[in-house]
Amino acid sequence: MSAGAQRWYRPRELAEALAIKASRGADVQPIAGGTDLMVAWRLSTAPMPALLDLGAIGELRGICEDPDRVVIGATTPCSTLAADARIQRGWPMLAQSAALTGSVAIQNRATLGGNVMNASPAADNPPVLLAYGARLHLASASGRRVVDYSGFHTGYRQTIARPDELVVAIELPRPAEATTVWYRKVGTRRAQAISKVALAACLQWQGSRVIRARFGFASLGPVPALAGALAHRVEGCDPGRLDAGALAQAIDEDFRPIDDVRSTGAYRRQVAINLVRGALGLA
Amino acid sequence: MGWTAADFVDGGSGPAILARMDQSSPATPVTRSPVIGSAVPRKDAAEKVRGRARYIDDLKYPGMLHGATVRTRAAGGRLLGIDFDPAVDWSSFVVVTAADIPGANSTGMLDGDQPVLAADRFRHSAEPVALIAHPDRARLREALAAIRVREDAQPRPLFDIDASLAAGGGLCPGNTFRDYLMSHGDLAAGEAQAEVVFEGRFETGAQEHVYIEPQGMIAHVDAAGVLVVEGSMQCPYYVLDTLAAVTARSAGELRVVQRTTGGGFGGKEEYPSHIAAHAALLTLAAGGRPVKLVYDRAEDMLATPKRHPSRTQVRVGARRDGRLTFVDIDFALDGGAYSTLSPVVLSRGVIHAPGPYRCPSARVRGRAVATNHPPNGAFRGFGAPQSIFAIEQAMDGLARQLGISPLALRQINMLRPGDVSVAGQAIDSATDFDAVLAQALAESDYLARQARHAAFNATGGRLRRGIGLATFHHGAGFTGNGEVVLASEAAVRARRDGQVEVLASSSEMGQGNTTTLCQIAADALGLPVERVTQAPVDTQEVPDSGPTVASRTCMVVGLIVEQAARQLRARLIDEAALAREDMSAEGFAAACARWFDARADAPALEVHARYEPPAGVMWDETTFQGSPYAGYAWATYVAEVEVDLLTGEATLLDFVAVQEVGRVVNPVIAAGQVEGGVAQAIGFALYEKVVRGAQGEMANNRITNYIIPTSADVPPIRVFFQEQRAGTGPAGAKGLGELPMDGPGPAIVSALNAALEGTGAMPLSRLPAMPEDILEATAGVHRTGEAA
Repeated sequence: MSAGAQRWYRPRELAEALAIKASRGADVQPIAGGTDLMVAWRLSTAPMPALLDLGAIGELRGICEDPDRVVIGATTPCSTLAADARIQRGWPMLAQSAALTGSVAIQNRATLGGNVMNASPAADNPPVLLAYGARLHLASASGRRVVDYSGFHTGYRQTIARPDELVVAIELPRPAEATTVWYRKVGTRRAQAISKVALAACLQWQGSRVIRARFGFASLGPVPALAGALAHRVEGCDPGRLDAGALAQAIDEDFRPIDDVRSTGAYRRQVAINLVRGALGLA
Repeated sequence: MGWTAADFVDGGSGPAILARMDQSSPATPVTRSPVIGSAVPRKDAAEKVRGRARYIDDLKYPGMLHGATVRTRAAGGRLLGIDFDPAVDWSSFVVVTAADIPGANSTGMLDGDQPVLAADRFRHSAEPVALIAHPDRARLREALAAIRVREDAQPRPLFDIDASLAAGGGLCPGNTFRDYLMSHGDLAAGEAQAEVVFEGRFETGAQEHVYIEPQGMIAHVDAAGVLVVEGSMQCPYYVLDTLAAVTARSAGELRVVQRTTGGGFGGKEEYPSHIAAHAALLTLAAGGRPVKLVYDRAEDMLATPKRHPSRTQVRVGARRDGRLTFVDIDFALDGGAYSTLSPVVLSRGVIHAPGPYRCPSARVRGRAVATNHPPNGAFRGFGAPQSIFAIEQAMDGLARQLGISPLALRQINMLRPGDVSVAGQAIDSATDFDAVLAQALAESDYLARQARHAAFNATGGRLRRGIGLATFHHGAGFTGNGEVVLASEAAVRARRDGQVEVLASSSEMGQGNTTTLCQIAADALGLPVERVTQAPVDTQEVPDSGPTVASRTCMVVGLIVEQAARQLRARLIDEAALAREDMSAEGFAAACARWFDARADAPALEVHARYEPPAGVMWDETTFQGSPYAGYAWATYVAEVEVDLLTGEATLLDFVAVQEVGRVVNPVIAAGQVEGGVAQAIGFALYEKVVRGAQGEMANNRITNYIIPTSADVPPIRVFFQEQRAGTGPAGAKGLGELPMDGPGPAIVSALNAALEGTGAMPLSRLPAMPEDILEATAGVHRTGEAA
């Protein structure tokens, strides 16, 4: 069998995986937990692509913490994140979102890197990564680069990752002093649900004023995204003195949510406003 | 592992439930029957728990083909042709169209207006027009993609009840399949006496059954030339009748076998007849080779019937003291494109529309309206959950207008012995609805919680709490003269060794009826339940005990089985010297042996019995007056909710279900029926919304996006039974299966409205009450903290 015809790769070393990616690019589909891909294939008439199974690469899995950050291997499963004491203490929103991803069985297989690379606008962990100011470590046979996650998603299911690249780690800086976090997933039900709206907020305070704000949203647009206009509106303000109309206006600048089978644009907009009010301690 | 599946099966939650029942049962048992009333393990539990039960898609036969269905896209129009892409080699496929149907191109349900395969005109999206089969299941998908149905779509399809009525035709005369009027007393006089009148409009949505096993059939022609169809179904003899008409075969040339059925809820009442006919047509076209036609979830949701959407306009009037003087209801169901079961769903909805209340005058107009939706059909409750939702919300609205509590209004008007219902039925002396209501109030701590919620809500946070109740009853068995027409038959058959079989076409689909029928027979025979089994449901082996629907199996079929069993015992006493007082299994077996010894040529000791309606059951189909049902179960359900004003999400905190069901045959199975029914009705009330595409098709036809509640969404469901033992069924039992579908919707919406009281929210009037609806109703509430 020629290399080009191979349908399944399971390298044990990252270098080997990157070499396969270098030669076959987009023709080979990386797979980790498979929790999104296997569902998609079942619904699709397209033939299954060649697969690059990342599950045997030890260096892609694990959590590493230092005083400034935590670095999470891309194939670390959600259940590990949800149960990890370092994550629970330092980045509690990630422990929460990981525990709300799919079902328990899904959490055992689904990986953080997979959740990012699947690039669903409704994915559960990206809002939290956005709020914490995550950086992605991308690797290819020609080297590594570290990019801000906030610019990673460029359009519906589109990312800046090149066909020869794999996401190998997700880095979260340790939140600054006097930072509060607030996370809420509004799903179609309490468990095993896809979000209608989700908000992860990271707010740094100086007295009663917010000096740094990041609001990561899911399901309000074609990509998981930070609400930039909203953050700009909030930063420097005492939330108790914020004009409610201005909050709504800022959210309208950031997002134009749509109707779909799960909810309505009007509901998503109103809930987004209400969640922001919750995050700011106004409701 | 230290345990086996049998530990669960045998232990179960029996003792706990029995303890609850003993508290709630009247303390009047004369003789404690050893079998009826006991939590015997389910007959089907072991094979299901161990994964050994074989569902239709588990079965494989040599040379078997796999079938698939070609469907329309548009919501109605003319068929211009079917194009088969010449790039595909069709010689290896079996293809069937309407032209290949040997008999009638009609499913034969009631009006017979629905074709098995559309031939010329079609009325809805996903309507079957052709069938294909191939030995390789994987090739069906690409083949379906290579078939194009040329359609001349009709310009303005009708998807709304009132728009279709206004259009006045196009689908059938007046776009109305049936128009019923139930009239009671002098409406004008009732209106004149009313001092307060409430008017409201209420809506309920479509609901998908989501039985765990999608629908499917396998058909083949056996060596004797008999066309055999087996699969997942509730009504084997309905399937047989359709096959006879469609294939132009006599009943003797047909055989229908029910296989292990993974849930039905009404969804497998009528549609299995279509799939059976389709599979039969394919096997006939394939020279009798076995053909399996199994839907996947997406096709099942797209093509099979849903609960009828409804809209109900209610006017209800009362004197200032709360006594009802009239109720005037206009009830309409979206029947979809063909009438199917809509006429009978409608009649049940009409009869239940005035609720369990005394009212001197009433008018209920009910219409089953034709639209271009795929036909809607049977679903647990069968029209009653829709109309009960409307009357219960109208009673709440009237109470608001009267300035009294919803509870007080019900206490004033609930039916009591000596009253006559709006349908004209005298309420018998055994009915004690007050006791049902009283227990529901006590178990839910209704009044105290109401007060606590008022205090909690007054603090003005983002969470609001409320408690609500629904009082309702549900008639068991076929409506009106239906049971007389059905004239169901069942039998019991004893073997030489004293083992007994129940012969009935009543289908086990997870609800437990095999076990309860065996208990009933065992009780009448004086045998332990282990000595009784139900024979496989096969139309060549068992008599027609009627369809497995309408909460009728335990009450109606159970009664026939009880009679047959009693006659069997009487025959053994007369013909084989069974001592009258001998209630031992050994004595019974010895008598059976003596009976067979004395009759060397007797093929079987088998006793058949037929349904005899109770005396005094009369029903006038034209006036909708009389005794529409031989028995009613009475219930009060109480729901407690918490609403998050940030998101409109409702969380159920507690649920109490109290019902009087005559006699509980098996407490674990009965409690399971109530718990499951309440969970399904919670879905109907809060989660399950059928989203339609442009052609009226279900757009969210996946479990990912059609949201049923999980265990995380369902509160503790606290089930209590009262047993007056005065039902017309065996040992005084009444029907139970559908009752729990009726109450949760209105109780939950009442609780939501109570929670939102004082926020300025408009009362909710539609099921499902989705977070989107709740947030919209409270528009402005969430802005209370905003700067002016």
